Amino acid sequence: KDNTILAYPEDVPSNLPVFTMDYPRIQIPFEITLWMLLASFAKIGFHVYHKITIWVPESCLLISIGLIVGAIMHSVLEEPPAVLSSNVFFLYMLPPIVLDSGYFMPTRLFFENVGTVMWFAVVGTLWNSIGIGVSLFAICHIEAFGVQDINLQENLLFAAIISAVDPVAVLSVFEDISVNEQLYIVVFGECLFSDAVTVVLYSMFTFVAEMEVVEPEDVFLGVARFLVVGLGGMGFGVLFGFVAAFTTRFTSKVREIEPLLIFMFSYLAYLVAELFAISSIMAIVCCALTMKYYVEENVSQRSSTTIRHVVKMLGSISETLIFFFLGVVTITTEHEWNWGYILFTLLFTFLWRGLGVLVLTLIINPFRTIPFNMKDQFGLAYGGLRGAISFALAFTLPDSIGRKQLFITATIAVILFTVFLQGISIRPLIELINVRRTNRDVETINVEIHSRLMEHTMAGIEDLCGQWSHFYWKDKFMKFNNRILRRILIRDSRAESSIVALYKKLELQNAMEILDTVSGDISAAPSLKESTNPKKTFMAEDLKNMHDLLSKNMYKIRQRTVAFTSKHALPNDDQPREILIRRHANIRRSLRHGSFQSTIPRSQKYFSLPTGQNLGSKYPSVRRRYAGKLLKLNLQTQF
Amino acid sequence: MLMINVFVSSVSTEQIKNLHMRFQQLCGNEKTLRKEHLENIPTLADNPIKTEIIKAFFDKRNQHNNELGSYEEIGFEEFLMVMSHFRPPSIKTSAEEKAAMRKRKVRFLFNMHDTDGDGKITLEEYRKVGIVEGLLSESESIGQEVARAIADAAMLEVASTNVPNMVREVTKITLALFLHFACPQILKDLEMESRMYVRFLDMNTANLRCGK
Repeated sequence: KDNTILAYPEDVPSNLPVFTMDYPRIQIPFEITLWMLLASFAKIGFHVYHKITIWVPESCLLISIGLIVGAIMHSVLEEPPAVLSSNVFFLYMLPPIVLDSGYFMPTRLFFENVGTVMWFAVVGTLWNSIGIGVSLFAICHIEAFGVQDINLQENLLFAAIISAVDPVAVLSVFEDISVNEQLYIVVFGECLFSDAVTVVLYSMFTFVAEMEVVEPEDVFLGVARFLVVGLGGMGFGVLFGFVAAFTTRFTSKVREIEPLLIFMFSYLAYLVAELFAISSIMAIVCCALTMKYYVEENVSQRSSTTIRHVVKMLGSISETLIFFFLGVVTITTEHEWNWGYILFTLLFTFLWRGLGVLVLTLIINPFRTIPFNMKDQFGLAYGGLRGAISFALAFTLPDSIGRKQLFITATIAVILFTVFLQGISIRPLIELINVRRTNRDVETINVEIHSRLMEHTMAGIEDLCGQWSHFYWKDKFMKFNNRILRRILIRDSRAESSIVALYKKLELQNAMEILDTVSGDISAAPSLKESTNPKKTFMAEDLKNMHDLLSKNMYKIRQRTVAFTSKHALPNDDQPREILIRRHANIRRSLRHGSFQSTIPRSQKYFSLPTGQNLGSKYPSVRRRYAGKLLKLNLQTQF
Repeated sequence: MLMINVFVSSVSTEQIKNLHMRFQQLCGNEKTLRKEHLENIPTLADNPIKTEIIKAFFDKRNQHNNELGSYEEIGFEEFLMVMSHFRPPSIKTSAEEKAAMRKRKVRFLFNMHDTDGDGKITLEEYRKVGIVEGLLSESESIGQEVARAIADAAMLEVASTNVPNMVREVTKITLALFLHFACPQILKDLEMESRMYVRFLDMNTANLRCGK
């Protein structure tokens, strides 16, 4: 019996343990949570002091904090978590970021500029990759640098990695200074799609780099693959988008799972695209674009808010984590520094980007509605920062590449340089050269009306001339959309937010606000069931004041979402709707007692409330045909 | 041909030829264009403000010769003149020319609203079937009152634009006020203006149909 006891040499406690600790069991989720919290605290911390975020973009700050944490970890000889393995990054960290960008892309603006965006994204990235790759290969021959062992394929691979632009910092600066919409959307779109192009190029070049000899036919295959990957990604995305939209048609009884459906379908699109090694970024972006329009109509108000919030949250946290880890890893990895190679990389990066923008703009300007002037081009060129994707791709280079460490070091150097130097200096520079601004004043009914008017006029004139331009295609698509797509994908074509309904709602909101200010807080009255006497009787004078207030102020208080949204903030159209819904319910309760209704003499007509209807009435359902959809699409896409 | 000179300065003869071809196709066998010709264009039929657009072509005010009223039929010159409102600015267009073009576009819009030609838009005209009601009429059960309300709101907005030294009546909008309102607000530098033009590129006349 002694033998059996010896076989288990650990201490066996004799009593019931009161307090035990089992760290390994929870280690992974625990550390993930801690890192996320740390990154979030960093984010919170930045906004405590406003001035910092104006001058230093958030990405810089995050990297700095990461550097500090990395230094701490290095000094205690800890290893950073293996976050940057290929799978973790590409399967878990990248999709939320891309979904965030895709979901909040201003669609109308995007489609008006889609040619330019694609041109810059695809051709621009190719130009950059090949240019940088070839020039680096050229300098590799210089003996003094000691990098002769890097062949052309590896140079091209490296160049592909560092040509992915990530203008997070730039976009927030553009937002703040209201740079013109065209520039904004091109930079935004270019970032998104150049990621896709880069990933494709990366996988192609990795494959090629491992081959001994490159045949000409491989080049053709490469091109073919490129097309398959790009178009396939879009196709899958659109398909999943439609499926998601169709599914939400039936979820009226199970509102709680609506957000889940959206996320699952987007993620599924991403994963299926990864399965077939086609561009998953394109897939998820196209899915989000397609889905958004139909889903926002089918889904309840709350679900819509939830979806937006969660998308933003996930995207934000992913981005934060990535920059954070960039800082950490910078300290903790082993670097291989090579002055010549790295400096030339930096030089070529700037050079080729500048050249690229110049040449590409020259070619595309004649086709553009609003050509880019030199200042815009400067903004475009200077706004080409590198970021997360380059970082991740560098880390996931196969080990068969001899100079992997050098590449990693060079990538980090480029990222840090562009993010810190360009990120910090872009704001003063843009303000200095006075890039065209967009007028973001509060938009009004007239703008809405006249923009519809203009669109219809232009469509009509084009019909008259027999012209086919983007109005024509837009019309055609809208007709197809209305006749077929909407019938299938939307639960009932009744407008939840047609242009008119929105006006009515906004009027109601304003009316209620005014009621609140004049009459004391009706909606705040706790138990309205008892209030048969309103707090204040309405005097004729009050009514007159109300009337004046309504007519003068109502149309100025109007809030409209700006045409494009900030990367780090939600679009704020929810506010009027939410206020409306809350107040609406309260008002209705209080109005049911009829005290307010009866004291308005009929001669007092509120300028824009429909006559004969009281504040609490429901709006008739609306069936729309052709142009109404145009109105609505515009309104929706503005959000 | 005097008017064509204005047009020619920034448009190539090729484009004028294209427009001429289209003009002739629209007229059919006749020399001049009448309203019926335009109304027969099938793709135009769905447009909610079709009537206004057609009227604009026959409106004398868009010919910039200070006459009022409308033509019964128009020739190619007048057709071109209306089209010239929509020619695209090129990179070479100077800032004054652009401002002038903007003003012309605003005037075009103004003339669309001001149906009785008195140089002022009244509340009735703003509300009228056609512009606001036409734009909103796609939603059938909107109802007159709501359309009216929106038109009222729009009127108020324009009328309450703060313009120094201008006498304003709340119920009428003069061209000057509209210009003052529209130039910064509606035709904001880039966005709106970029929409109001048509490229008179080469057209595939085989695809053109006009209701024959």
